[in-house]
Amino acid sequence: MSFLTASGMTGGYGGGPDIITGCDIAVDRGEIAVVVGPNGAGKSTAMKAIFGMLELRAGTVTLDGRDITRMAPQERVRNGMGFVPQNRNVFVSMTVEENLEMGAFIRDDDYRETMELVYRLFPVLREKRNQPAGELSGGQRQQVAVGRALMTAPQLLMLDEPTAGVSPIVMDELFDKIVEIARTGIAILMVEQNARQALEIADRGYVLVQGGNRFTDTGEALLANAEVRRSFLGG
Amino acid sequence: MELLNALALLANFVIVPAIAYGAQLALGALGVTLIFGILRFANFAHGELMSWGTMSTILVTWWLQDQGVSIAPFPTALLALPVGIASAVAIALLTDRAVFRFYHRRHANPIVFAIVSVGVMFVLAGLIRIVIGPADQFFADGARFIFTVRDFREVTGLDEGIALRQTQVITVVVALVVVAALFWFLQRTRAGKAMRAYSDDEDLALLSGVDPDRVVMIAWIITAVLATVAGTLYGLDKTYKPFIFLQILLPIFAATILGGIGQPVGAILGGFVVAFSEVMVTYAYKKFLAYLGPADWAPDSLVQLLSTDYKFAVSFIILVAVLLIRPTGIIRGKVIA
Repeated sequence: MSFLTASGMTGGYGGGPDIITGCDIAVDRGEIAVVVGPNGAGKSTAMKAIFGMLELRAGTVTLDGRDITRMAPQERVRNGMGFVPQNRNVFVSMTVEENLEMGAFIRDDDYRETMELVYRLFPVLREKRNQPAGELSGGQRQQVAVGRALMTAPQLLMLDEPTAGVSPIVMDELFDKIVEIARTGIAILMVEQNARQALEIADRGYVLVQGGNRFTDTGEALLANAEVRRSFLGG
Repeated sequence: MELLNALALLANFVIVPAIAYGAQLALGALGVTLIFGILRFANFAHGELMSWGTMSTILVTWWLQDQGVSIAPFPTALLALPVGIASAVAIALLTDRAVFRFYHRRHANPIVFAIVSVGVMFVLAGLIRIVIGPADQFFADGARFIFTVRDFREVTGLDEGIALRQTQVITVVVALVVVAALFWFLQRTRAGKAMRAYSDDEDLALLSGVDPDRVVMIAWIITAVLATVAGTLYGLDKTYKPFIFLQILLPIFAATILGGIGQPVGAILGGFVVAFSEVMVTYAYKKFLAYLGPADWAPDSLVQLLSTDYKFAVSFIILVAVLLIRPTGIIRGKVIA
């Protein structure tokens, strides 16, 4: 069993129809798992389900062997999950440093070391630490969002389309940073629109279609798979 | 010399009173803006919360005066203020628990919320009239003036003088202290940052582990403190009359929206802009112009743009103009949906 194992997840929003059906996702420490698929495939929904923002009608989620299927999102943060939402993922009126402090809000211990780690990972944030996050560029904002999630020193970091709306250069930079974070032993689960680039850094890749797993393999194997390339990567 | 006389006249009747009034409005607007930032609705009951705190302060002041307690030359009301604040905090938390919490948990539409607050306003207004009655109440004591018009004239040798009432100075000093404490709290403390985070993005704040009930409670406590201080200072400076607190909602809302809803700095700015506009538009400039014009000349009319009876029209015009031209306010705040 992997560090994070979600199996047979089925559920939707409120009383609405199931968006994901029997969806399996797993990731181990130090690995990068990438979920790709067409629009409306339920990628973000699957991630929200893993984070507890969606009530599952069937399936289980375990973290480090412990069943957390019914745990509230806040509790999951305390238990080592970090989540970076796709939109509205920074406090725009607060400074970069205050954003990081808010990331560490649930911590009662000294978090200065973690903040130092974040600043070392994203040097530009140190330069701009007294600027409101709302004044930063899109790429820098994503760095703040990732940094904020890292402040709880999570064992699993989940990113919902971290490269949405940033330039290709910034995207490459962000992916480099994500690889760097994974090397420190953190498990990374990421939903991505830029499927090809994301699969290049993925240890595991999941192709979701209509709420269920269509292909599951290593990132490399998925990129080599002719059918995946034709259907989802544009040839 | 004529110019100095004109300036003294203006200072006495416009600048000094407007500064004191502006400070009172700013404190009131801060409370409205804070509740809007956290609970996201326009709190129409804010005026009555001010009135409730002030009424409590007055009752304690009378009791202290009966007991012969005095901190002369300062007004006894300052001594009674903490009790008034405690009473306002209690009523604010009580209405939150009994009424507002229900709607907040259901994420009620801001319009529903605002109408609910109108209901709370009427209930509080009724209670206040039962306790203290609808009439004017007098509770100011202590020294009246720091210096009078005559003092000023004797010292400067001018024809016109400036009087500085003690309540005006107390208003400005207390307002400065309260505002400084508020900003220190919001900028420097953990609870203050949690409040700003909650105001900025509720979902992300919840995700970060901020306890919404605690944030709401702190917001009500601070609002009650601001409301009581504002109401008491207004009462000391002018007079206490329950009916005033319905009328004063208009300039306070105008100040809040003009400054940018949910923006504390904006609330202060808005308070002073509205106060100065109101006082300047209703002041009769006849004598002032006479000093500036040729000798022995004076305008025929009073040169008053608006009779003081219509002073609330000024707030109303500001309110409408801001909503039409720049709904976000001076400092970009939220827009009432």
